[in-house]
Amino acid sequence: MTVKDAGRAASADSFRGGPPPESAEFIQLLTPEGERVEHPDYPLDISAEQVRALYRDLVLVRRIDFEAIALQRQGELGIWASLLGQEAAQVGSGQALEPNDMAFPTYREHGVAWCRGLDPVKLLELFRGVSHGGWDPREYNFHLYTIVIGSQTLHATGYAMGIQRDGAVGEDGEAVIAYFGDGATSQGDVNEAFIWASVTNAPVVFFCQNNQWAISEPLERQSRVPLYRRAQGFGFPGVRVDGNDVLACLAVTRKAMQAAREGQGPTLIEAFTYRMGAHTTTDDPTRYRLAAELETWKLKDPIERVKAYLVRTESADEKFFTALEAEAAELGTRIRKACQEMPDPSPLSIFDNVYAGPNALLESERDEYAAYLETFEEAVR
Amino acid sequence: MTRLTLSKALNEGLRKALENDPKVLIMGEDVGKLGGVFRVTDGLQKDFGEARVVDTPLAESGIVGTAIGLALRGYRPVCEIQFDGFVFPAFDQITTQLAKMRYRSRGQLSLPVVIRIPCGGGIGAVEHHSESPEALFTHTPGLRVVACGDPADAYAMIQLSVISDDPVIFFEPKRRYWDRAEVDTSGGLAAALPLDRARVVVSGTDATVLCYGPMVKTCAAAAAAAEQEGRSLEVIDLRSLSPLDTDTIFESVRRTGRCVVAHEAPVTGGLGAEIAARITEECFYQLEAPVLRVGAFSTPYPPSKLEEHYLPDLDRVLDAVDRTFGY
Repeated sequence: MTVKDAGRAASADSFRGGPPPESAEFIQLLTPEGERVEHPDYPLDISAEQVRALYRDLVLVRRIDFEAIALQRQGELGIWASLLGQEAAQVGSGQALEPNDMAFPTYREHGVAWCRGLDPVKLLELFRGVSHGGWDPREYNFHLYTIVIGSQTLHATGYAMGIQRDGAVGEDGEAVIAYFGDGATSQGDVNEAFIWASVTNAPVVFFCQNNQWAISEPLERQSRVPLYRRAQGFGFPGVRVDGNDVLACLAVTRKAMQAAREGQGPTLIEAFTYRMGAHTTTDDPTRYRLAAELETWKLKDPIERVKAYLVRTESADEKFFTALEAEAAELGTRIRKACQEMPDPSPLSIFDNVYAGPNALLESERDEYAAYLETFEEAVR
Repeated sequence: MTRLTLSKALNEGLRKALENDPKVLIMGEDVGKLGGVFRVTDGLQKDFGEARVVDTPLAESGIVGTAIGLALRGYRPVCEIQFDGFVFPAFDQITTQLAKMRYRSRGQLSLPVVIRIPCGGGIGAVEHHSESPEALFTHTPGLRVVACGDPADAYAMIQLSVISDDPVIFFEPKRRYWDRAEVDTSGGLAAALPLDRARVVVSGTDATVLCYGPMVKTCAAAAAAAEQEGRSLEVIDLRSLSPLDTDTIFESVRRTGRCVVAHEAPVTGGLGAEIAARITEECFYQLEAPVLRVGAFSTPYPPSKLEEHYLPDLDRVLDAVDRTFGY
């Protein structure tokens, strides 16, 4: 063994069994205490009005989440996947998108949906069991929620390959953002998406919200390296951002999307955040994680720091906060009412939209079932 | 005897399997500390350690692929796929590798891997959490495919699956996880009904109802309702979907002359079609009516507000039985 080889072996050994990924180094523009800090690579020129708008998004998105959890508890929704704690990652990245950009969400991107102009009531349809996702993705440039873990990263990549073929790459071009979580990075589909995006230099940004938990499994079960570093092995840049810092998420996503639009290819963004609630309303996180961990993260709350900044810099007054509170309450009331009044779909709609055109088998099944249902109505009469 | 839920019965069965053979492993997403999303593996990691009850990365193809490797090294992995609709990333490993290794190796290699899949609907879930993909696996030679229908059977069947030298796809009816029944956990497996045998749940003389998994309870209730109307149904829990216990099926149908097959999966291309064809081939002269199938429509699983229409229920089973008497 040469000296050089020995050195390589030693470094490989020291890597194996090494410590789990350390927390912490990331791009941050607003500290948990609400202090504005600068980063040389991510200058952000943002007005007080724009910060107030982001704050409004954060507050309203949290309100939607709060209301949906309550609706589930009251039996109005079958299940809900809470985004509590991830508001900044979603609003920051969501507001970094241009109208023509396309977003591919998981099932937790309620904040991004909000930024794309989708009525939250539409999201409730899915969780109430009224539809599988009834909005038109083209209307909002926001794809349907994807529940199978990681599948949408390939769809995003393929969509970006279409943008290339359409000649829509360039300064005023279009780009795609794919949302997924830390757990999804283990899936073959996600790794294949990285490969496709890399070799095709597709205009796609991979936005990973590392919320530290895949249901009950901590990040150490998915990775021995910080997730953003995976990008290097696939051949494109990776960057880690404070996922609880809406300004940093905005700046980092904006830059990556612009690079994609201009033909510089993909970026992996790891938004380092925390799932403050359960995986879904059917999950019980007390079985697998300590309450102290949540307390630590509460100090890094994505909303509180923006409020602290607005107050400290006198960028918002009491009137603003009071009005926003009223707006949030009104939004909560509206979606609650809309959810409770949502009609059940008609039984025969089961047979709709399976194929592009008429299908003889489905038509006969529909007729038979309609006749069968009739027999019950006759019995009732 | 002790009263257990189906979930707990499986848990006890897995515990026995882990105790009986140090080569038995459990692997899957959230099977450790959480005990699985349906708590089927609750407490097993605490008692058997992280090397034997493994929280895997979130990748189903990886779960099954590495289980194959572990089996090649002499282990007996029991994999949990969290929900039916998530088995498909592993479908390649299951159909191209797991099912075919014995054949490819001319019998030299065995892959004693069990893949547990919570299946079926009725729990108000979102998309991909309510499916019945069994026919995709019964269509794959080399796999044993079984479905448990009640706690006592689940307790025995999971253990029989673990000791099977063939790979077993093990379906668990998720809407029955919390049903309770008496389970004898004291004895061994000597008295247990073999894994590839069907079981007569209700004896009857007028028509045979074949079912499995979540539909066993539905069909037993249908038989009770039919009895009130003076009609005697024989309900058979198939248990093994591949291979089929055709001896038990044919014997019953030859006696009753009428047969209805019920499953949650879509009727089109479903297991009922295979069963109906076999019965028609073997019992043609004893049949008083065509074998009728009750199952889901030829559509994807609908939003959960519509699932009560999609899932075959007691009324639809009885409706089919009535129709067999119309010939």
